[in-house]
Amino acid sequence: MRPLNRPAVRRDPAPSRLAYRLHRLALTPSVRRGFTVGLPLAVATLILTLALADADRRQALGARVAAWKLAIAQREEFMVRQIAFRGGSDATTAAIRERLNVDLPASSFDLDLAAMREAVTSIDAVREAELSILSGGTLQIAVEERIPALVWRGPEGLVLLDAEGHPTGALQRRRDRADLPLVAGDGAPEAVPEALAIIAAAHPLADRVRGLLRVGARRWDLVLDRGQRVMLPETRPVAALEEAIAIHEAQDLLSRDVLRVDMRTPSRPTIRMAEASARTMRQIRLGELGGD
Amino acid sequence: MHDLYRTQRAMRAMRRAAMQRGVIAILDVGTSKIACLILQFAGADRPGADDGIGSMAGQGAFRIIGASTTRSRGMRFGEIDAMRETERAIRTAVQAAQKIAQTRVDHVIATISGGSPRSYGLAGEIDLGGRHVRDGDIAAVMAACDMPEIGEGREVLHAQPVNFALDHRTGLSDPQGQFGNTLACDMHLLTVNGTALSNLLHCIKRCDLEVAGLASSAYLSGISSLVEDEQELGAACIDMGGGATGVSVFMKRHMIYADSVRLGGDHVTSDISKGLKIPLDRAERLKTLHGGVIATSIDDREMIALGGDSGDWERDRRKVSRAELIGIMRPRVEEILDEVRARLDAAGFDHLPSKQIVLTGGASQIPGLDSLALRILGPQVRIGRPLRVAGLPEKAAGGAFASAVGLCLFAAHPQDEWWDFEIPADRYPVRSLRRAVKWFKENW
Repeated sequence: MRPLNRPAVRRDPAPSRLAYRLHRLALTPSVRRGFTVGLPLAVATLILTLALADADRRQALGARVAAWKLAIAQREEFMVRQIAFRGGSDATTAAIRERLNVDLPASSFDLDLAAMREAVTSIDAVREAELSILSGGTLQIAVEERIPALVWRGPEGLVLLDAEGHPTGALQRRRDRADLPLVAGDGAPEAVPEALAIIAAAHPLADRVRGLLRVGARRWDLVLDRGQRVMLPETRPVAALEEAIAIHEAQDLLSRDVLRVDMRTPSRPTIRMAEASARTMRQIRLGELGGD
Repeated sequence: MHDLYRTQRAMRAMRRAAMQRGVIAILDVGTSKIACLILQFAGADRPGADDGIGSMAGQGAFRIIGASTTRSRGMRFGEIDAMRETERAIRTAVQAAQKIAQTRVDHVIATISGGSPRSYGLAGEIDLGGRHVRDGDIAAVMAACDMPEIGEGREVLHAQPVNFALDHRTGLSDPQGQFGNTLACDMHLLTVNGTALSNLLHCIKRCDLEVAGLASSAYLSGISSLVEDEQELGAACIDMGGGATGVSVFMKRHMIYADSVRLGGDHVTSDISKGLKIPLDRAERLKTLHGGVIATSIDDREMIALGGDSGDWERDRRKVSRAELIGIMRPRVEEILDEVRARLDAAGFDHLPSKQIVLTGGASQIPGLDSLALRILGPQVRIGRPLRVAGLPEKAAGGAFASAVGLCLFAAHPQDEWWDFEIPADRYPVRSLRRAVKWFKENW
């Protein structure tokens, strides 16, 4: 009696030559890496390439992505519904509104704050602007305005200038800003700080000052009423003006019939008199000399 | 001779390349089992690698990352008998080890246990003329050893310088840089049967592996099982394998003699099989579970069921006493030990200062072997286990793996062999240089 459960053939535990070689190949580092990294990558690339080869599918995918983006951008949390201004006059605010020209409500993703800030600061009246989107859908624009310091009668009419010479806006009538001094002449905006210093120095004559005239874009004339002018030098004009005022206070110079006080050479002030007075003066001098 | 020199040097270069790559396999092709260990060498990033002293005397330099054993097939007396079968067994072992190590190995260091190794002691001498010994002199003195008649079809497996003598001082391990008149050298030459060797090489090559080194199994068991002072003072290591028993004698840390007896544990198994009329695998099981060599009175009463599934109930129910089993095993073990004794006597082992004998190998695990060996081999006998190396699994730490562990040590620190020194050039470069100088002198 032989037991029936004995296996007919004993299995050979040895790997076949092919199995042995394949196993060794699988254990080769480069092959292993190729299998674990390279092959999945290649398959993924292949699938993607095949899927995107169809133009319709590409378009559909693009549309879907765009829809997703829109859905996120249009969420209530990201919507901007109003603009709040901080600082700045009504005229400036209106100018900014006109310049920005944003359609509200808009998604905060669509607002390019840097470009908007650029646009706002390009307005003459705005010195500095700060834009921020606040929670609650508010676009806040904090504006620091330029403060006009002078009125310039330029080639294009009356222009307001701030203390740095930057235009802040046009002026219709001189009357509107009678409180500001007037300057005129080419190149006046470039010398505004100097002009302000001269005007400050001319405060003893304040009621008589009509304005400042830039001559040859290099020096100033202080224009007074009755057609009088104080011609100031290119350098140190304030000192020259103070000297002229000192002469005026001592000898009442500007109350006399003088047309020009020439301070262009500060060490030698010169005056030009009105023609009639000059003739009268001459007669008096001749009488004194007993000539003619 | 030069051919061998070249192949051995090529193997050395390959071993170095494998160590550079960091992974090398150890293949112990024995008669009863084939063991494959995969060593990983730590690179230069190992802490303390630059101080020149490795941890654990340099054995910390490697770690075993894969180990597998398989039953050997197609082997007899440590030689390949059926190459296809052996190749399959090697493939099994290598594949399993690679799977454990999760890496591929291309280089393998192998051992040969059979091939009837034969030892020769050579002596060479050169005249130095009172100057110091240079690198080339070592090679020259080794080349001065006259080659013995090793016989047709035999190959040199080891050629190790074991001793240098300078004038009247002998026992120098490294004479380089010392002054003297005559430099003499003793060399130990081990030859094996060329066919057995080339069969093994061919078999390994058929498994797509490159051989990066070859060593005798008797030598490897010695370096793994003998402790340092035994190697220093003189000891014999007896590696009792399945089909062959290797004998190696060490003195001053060098192997000075090696031999092998073509008897082993498989013969004990076949004796049991014949004596008790049971199949070989049953006999092997009886031997490992109940075997012994010293019978005591209790063994008469301990009955062992022979078992078996021959279909004959009467036959399968037989029982033998353990004393009977011992009675079968003991004469064969005695015969093996007697053979070993005869080899040691022939080698002059009695003249060594210390006559320590260490038994190792799979067959050394028979209970009572040490007391039997005491009577036959001499008073100083112990059963040895191989050194522990990092990462070696516990099941591969027994005496049966002595030569595999020895191979690991050999792979990490091979001993200087004759072919590690530059072959002495026949003054050819000097002469050509002189000729060039002469040509210059004549023409200018």
